[in-house]
Amino acid sequence: MSVLQIIWFCVVALLFAVFLLLEGFDFGVGMATRFMAENDTERQLYLRSIGPHWDGNEVWLITAGGAMFAAFPMWYASLFSGYYIPLFLVLVALILRGVSFEFASHALTVRERSLWQWANFVGSMFAPFFLGMMLTSLIQGVPMDAQGNAWLGFFDIVNGLSVVGGIAVVYFSLLHGLHFLSLKLEKDHARHMLNASSKLYWIAYPALVAFVVLALIFTDFYRVHSITTWLITAIILASTIYGHYSAVKDDGVSAFISSGVTLVGIIAFIFNGMFPRVMVSAGGVHDLLVKDASASPLTLEIMTGVLCVLLPIVLGYIIWSYVMQRGRVSTQTLEHSPYVG
Amino acid sequence: MNILGLSRFQFAMTTIFHFFYVPLSIGLALCVAVMETIYVFKKDEIYLKMARFWGKIFLLSFAVGVVTGIIQEFQFGMNWSNYSRFMGDIFGAPLAIEALLAFFLESVFIGAWMFTWNRFKPGIHAMFMWLTCLGSILSAIWILAANSFMQHPTGFEIDTKTGHVRLRNFWDVLGNPQLWRQFPHVLFAAVLTGAMVILGMAAFGLLHKKTQSSESDRVFYTKSVRFSAVVALIGAILSIYAGDLQTQFVVHDQPMKFAATEALYKDSGDPASWSVISLINEKDKTSHGIEVPYMLSLLTYHQTTGSVKGMNTINKELHAKYDSKFGKDMNYYVPVNVLFWSFRFMAAVGFAAALVSILALWGTRKNKNTLYKTKWLLWIIGVCTFLPFIGNTGGWLITELGRYPWLVYGMLTIADGVSPTATVPSLFFTNLVYFLLFLVIGAVMITYSRRVLYQGPDGDGKIPARKGSLISDVESEQSKLANRSVSLA
Ligand code: HDD
Ligand code: HEM
Ligand code: HEM
Repeated sequence: MSVLQIIWFCVVALLFAVFLLLEGFDFGVGMATRFMAENDTERQLYLRSIGPHWDGNEVWLITAGGAMFAAFPMWYASLFSGYYIPLFLVLVALILRGVSFEFASHALTVRERSLWQWANFVGSMFAPFFLGMMLTSLIQGVPMDAQGNAWLGFFDIVNGLSVVGGIAVVYFSLLHGLHFLSLKLEKDHARHMLNASSKLYWIAYPALVAFVVLALIFTDFYRVHSITTWLITAIILASTIYGHYSAVKDDGVSAFISSGVTLVGIIAFIFNGMFPRVMVSAGGVHDLLVKDASASPLTLEIMTGVLCVLLPIVLGYIIWSYVMQRGRVSTQTLEHSPYVG
Repeated sequence: MNILGLSRFQFAMTTIFHFFYVPLSIGLALCVAVMETIYVFKKDEIYLKMARFWGKIFLLSFAVGVVTGIIQEFQFGMNWSNYSRFMGDIFGAPLAIEALLAFFLESVFIGAWMFTWNRFKPGIHAMFMWLTCLGSILSAIWILAANSFMQHPTGFEIDTKTGHVRLRNFWDVLGNPQLWRQFPHVLFAAVLTGAMVILGMAAFGLLHKKTQSSESDRVFYTKSVRFSAVVALIGAILSIYAGDLQTQFVVHDQPMKFAATEALYKDSGDPASWSVISLINEKDKTSHGIEVPYMLSLLTYHQTTGSVKGMNTINKELHAKYDSKFGKDMNYYVPVNVLFWSFRFMAAVGFAAALVSILALWGTRKNKNTLYKTKWLLWIIGVCTFLPFIGNTGGWLITELGRYPWLVYGMLTIADGVSPTATVPSLFFTNLVYFLLFLVIGAVMITYSRRVLYQGPDGDGKIPARKGSLISDVESEQSKLANRSVSLA
């Protein structure tokens, strides 16, 4: 294993983490349009709060996929072809959600708009669910052949751990979204969000315990990387507790950061446990390893150079766009800066 | 159908659908950016109005372009995993760079553009659209770099252990001569597409009853017609010119593709004559066309002499070259009918677009602006909205089907690239769902574009539940919201 290979494994993990960190709250906001909002105007407000950012946040997933293809073509090929149906469902969810923002702005009646708001809701819920499911199914070991093809049966994809994993990602995205909304909506609404989140947090604990127990049984993570895995587990737990505490305390900023840490922790848990494998095979016979899955050293070098130059620039204007569009949204915002008009 | 057939169908369907919106987004972004910039310099309000109005169509196109693009990104791994393994070392990098360099740029600045009309100086606001436009053009370069490699591999070596391609020289991959012919052609076709859609829609706008009675709407659409006709004319001429450069390259690089677009089974005479239309029998390998003498020599070599090789000869050459590696049973004939007609439609679109633009300019000339009264011409221009989509699709059919039987020219066959783990039922299912989804999205896209058009340039009210719609509905919702806030407090 070369240094570059390890770096790129971390880069791919990082890109997925940033994706979940940012798109996580978009998903959460989308889900909140049904769980929290009571009428059309509120739903519009929620979606307006992520309006300028959701597409940029989704590009982190595209970049993660692209980086995986560039740095680990064998991994990209095995993972994407093996998880054909779950990924297809992710795509459908992302399509429904992606068009909904624009289409909703063209609706003539509240009912028509509600159709697209529903599309947003469904997409926002199922995209993280199937992604979470895919990642947590993968870590249990899947049937692979010597060519690196993953031959997944239904129960390889849908099982106890993967369902809990999928739900966990959805759940923490929802909490993250509520915390985001608490920062983006006017004060009364903000309190309402944190109030809901502080109640919802109670269900997170049993889910976490179930996840850890299942992971202990069905993955080798706590054996192979026992120290780091326990450490990450502790961080996830601590950030959950602290997020809960902050929500109760009405401290939106801390709650938002904590739920973000939790989401990043989930990705860290998975990638840390897999290393140095990129695909865990059932029985460990045909594991796909970082050292075998990667592109040539030349490609990795070029990609490293490109990343070093471009990432700071990209981060620069992304941060600018968040700072520029900061502030709480209200019905006045809807009136004064709707899409184009 | 088998796995291969279903996977090919799926790829064709999803990319063609993506590529309805891609050139539209690129072209509209450019037009809107230019409109807004003219406003910045000339302070003429009508250009601001144009930028906002056509900006709405752009946003619709962009939204659909984005969601269909994600499919593209994923499906190389999902449906073409062996291809991804084979090509990964070359293909992955452009794709990742495209995301980093182009997609972030587009998505962040489109987000800024949409919501900040009254927060920035017009000049800065126009910059956002220019950056979006730049992003979309950059994305085209990088993805076409990958596609060009498949047409004309350069800058690689074969990994002796795995048999996959390995990057040898990145600059050769980027400097691929195929790329620098393909990219201008695609770019100008995109300019043409965006402008033709504005032109056609503006013609429908002029036909609308409301416009006939409103002076200001008429001025608006007439201005849009003139603007877009100029752009479309430039786009048409340049894409024809760039297409000619492509032809010169393809003749030598992929002679089978070229011969098929001319339905030439036997070698042509010298000078070669060109079939305007032809009856082609792919089974018996015969074609009977209406021929224009000298024309093919002129098109191919820009001179009145020179013969062109026919498919039968090329077939033999390909067998001689590749049989040792791929066996004797390969079929090197490409789908001739599709290529022949795609090429004619594509080229016809170019010339038709140029002609229509000239007519539109003539109809709106300064001292005798009669276009808004000339219903028949408006109808023709309106119908031309759809032309560029035919041209674009035809072009890609030539490019991609003409590469048959290769996925990567001379190196990997289509059959060898497909995912071995795919199954017929799952492919059938995904094809069906994509198809239905595209049908719905396409229909909604057209409906909403028409809605924007018929609401007219002054149609955007300030209320978000807008466009003169159910204001009372909004009010009742708002009072509900107010009650809610009270109860929360
Ligand atoms: C000639 C140009 C061109 C071509 C051949 C393709 N695309 Fe595309 N793509 C664009 C030009 C473009 C664009 C103009 O940049 C789009 C269209 C609308 C948009 O939002 O960006 C886009 C969107 C787009 C997106 C969404 C970006 C976002 O979320 O902002 C992805 C992931 C892809 N594309 C990926 C692909 C892949 C993997 C292709 C290979 C088959 C492909 N595109 C063909
Ligand atoms: C967006 C513009 C594009 C369009 C409209 C398009 C269209 C098509 C079509 C019509 C086919 C033929 C499917 C068949 O064989 O029945 C095809 C095949 C294919 N193209 Fe493209 N293509 C586009 C861009 C690209 C790009 C940029 C790449 C790669 C970088 C690419 C890679 C492929 C692959 C892998 C196949 C599948 C193999 C095959 O069936 O031939 N295409 N495409
Ligand atoms: C007389 C005019 C034209 C000529 C001679 C021409 C020539 C060509 C040729 C030879 C190809 C195949 C290139 C390859 O396989 O590598 C091609 C592809 C293509 N054409 Fe055209 N073309 C013309 C007009 C147009 C117009 C008007 C449009 C758009 C509306 C268009 C859009 C495309 C597209 C999108 C492709 C596929 C991408 C590519 O390979 O460049 N073309 N054209």
